[in-house]
Amino acid sequence: MAIKEFMSPVPGIFYTQPSPDEPVYKQVGDVVSEGDSLCLVEVMKSFHTIVSDTSGTFKGYLVENEDEVSPGQVLLEIEISE
Amino acid sequence: MSIKVITPGLSTSVQDLGRPGYYHLGIPLSGGMDRYALRVSNLLVGNDEGAAVLEAAFMGPELLFNKDAIVAVTGAGMLPKVDGEAKSTWASFVIKAGQTLSFDFLTSGARAYIAVSGGIDVPIILGSRSTYTLGALGGFEGRGLAAQDELPINECDISKHTEKSIDESLRNLPQKPGELRFIPGIYWHRITEKSQATFINDTWKVAPEADRIGYRFKGGEALDFVDREQAFGAGSDPSNIVDSCYPYGSIQVPSGSEPIVLHRDAVSGGGYFMVGVVISADMDLIGQLQPNKPSTFVPVTMEEALIARRERKEKLSKVRDFLS
Repeated sequence: MAIKEFMSPVPGIFYTQPSPDEPVYKQVGDVVSEGDSLCLVEVMKSFHTIVSDTSGTFKGYLVENEDEVSPGQVLLEIEISE
Repeated sequence: MSIKVITPGLSTSVQDLGRPGYYHLGIPLSGGMDRYALRVSNLLVGNDEGAAVLEAAFMGPELLFNKDAIVAVTGAGMLPKVDGEAKSTWASFVIKAGQTLSFDFLTSGARAYIAVSGGIDVPIILGSRSTYTLGALGGFEGRGLAAQDELPINECDISKHTEKSIDESLRNLPQKPGELRFIPGIYWHRITEKSQATFINDTWKVAPEADRIGYRFKGGEALDFVDREQAFGAGSDPSNIVDSCYPYGSIQVPSGSEPIVLHRDAVSGGGYFMVGVVISADMDLIGQLQPNKPSTFVPVTMEEALIARRERKEKLSKVRDFLS
């Protein structure tokens, strides 16, 4: 099964939840559909949502919530469904 | 001719060399944050140095061209691609009608300047085509680009154009860590000698909220103020002063905690003390600092600042000579 990596397009602060009092976007093993929101990166006072362009199974975040990220850094992995 | 915006990137706006002359009325300079890169992008495609270009922060747009054009991308390391084929930065290349310009991930710097032969033809407002987003003034409808926008481009004969590039030594990117030279200012005495030393010796980091209005830094030790009875009209916080003008490049430190360098879209006055002003030669570099980038503030004299300004001018003349 192919694994797809999602990279941060921008530098900033990484978030796994839409807001501090909401649950994380995805947990390991969750089903991911095309168009699902996966995480946020905050830069210049705006939040950039990373959206899935594939369907599959969520394999996990590779960055801790609220960590700093750089452009091109891998944030999470999805196992693509055949 | 026009360019269709397929995706706008994160924050992409039309900018030229700015709108000086109205700052006293509260209308900021605007214009490219890295004006050196902006000028060079125009020179590479045969435009006047001050023609309107696109400034793309951290992430490039996707643009569809409906006519042949010459394009150059300078500033940040953000590799341009024409229909997926990689091109170089700091160089001009041809794009044909029907082709799409897109970008790779940012590898260095923060803002790319995208010049198109002829220049972007949005209306001139108060002498400039620059976008002042906060005031919804100038640029494309007073805002950053959005998907489906059609950007008008001035007609221009490109038949005689040859592809050009400039030498690595003439490109301008921040050192590691970013060193920002500044002249200590009229409120420098408001902080203790110990804080004057930590301000200079500490390594600060660009905060993620840094933008065209101001570049915020964090991570250094908070500044302590010399005790005084607050002047009449000044707020109660020791970092407050009686309202004053904020120069472009001035470094204010609200509550003494996080320095903010005011940049092209800054407000022109307020009640925070300023430790000093970043020298004009280093303002372009600020526009190329990514969030989280380590940076230091290095005090210099007016004489050193003027030498630095002269060096920047000479570097630009070298580019002009090289490309003419």
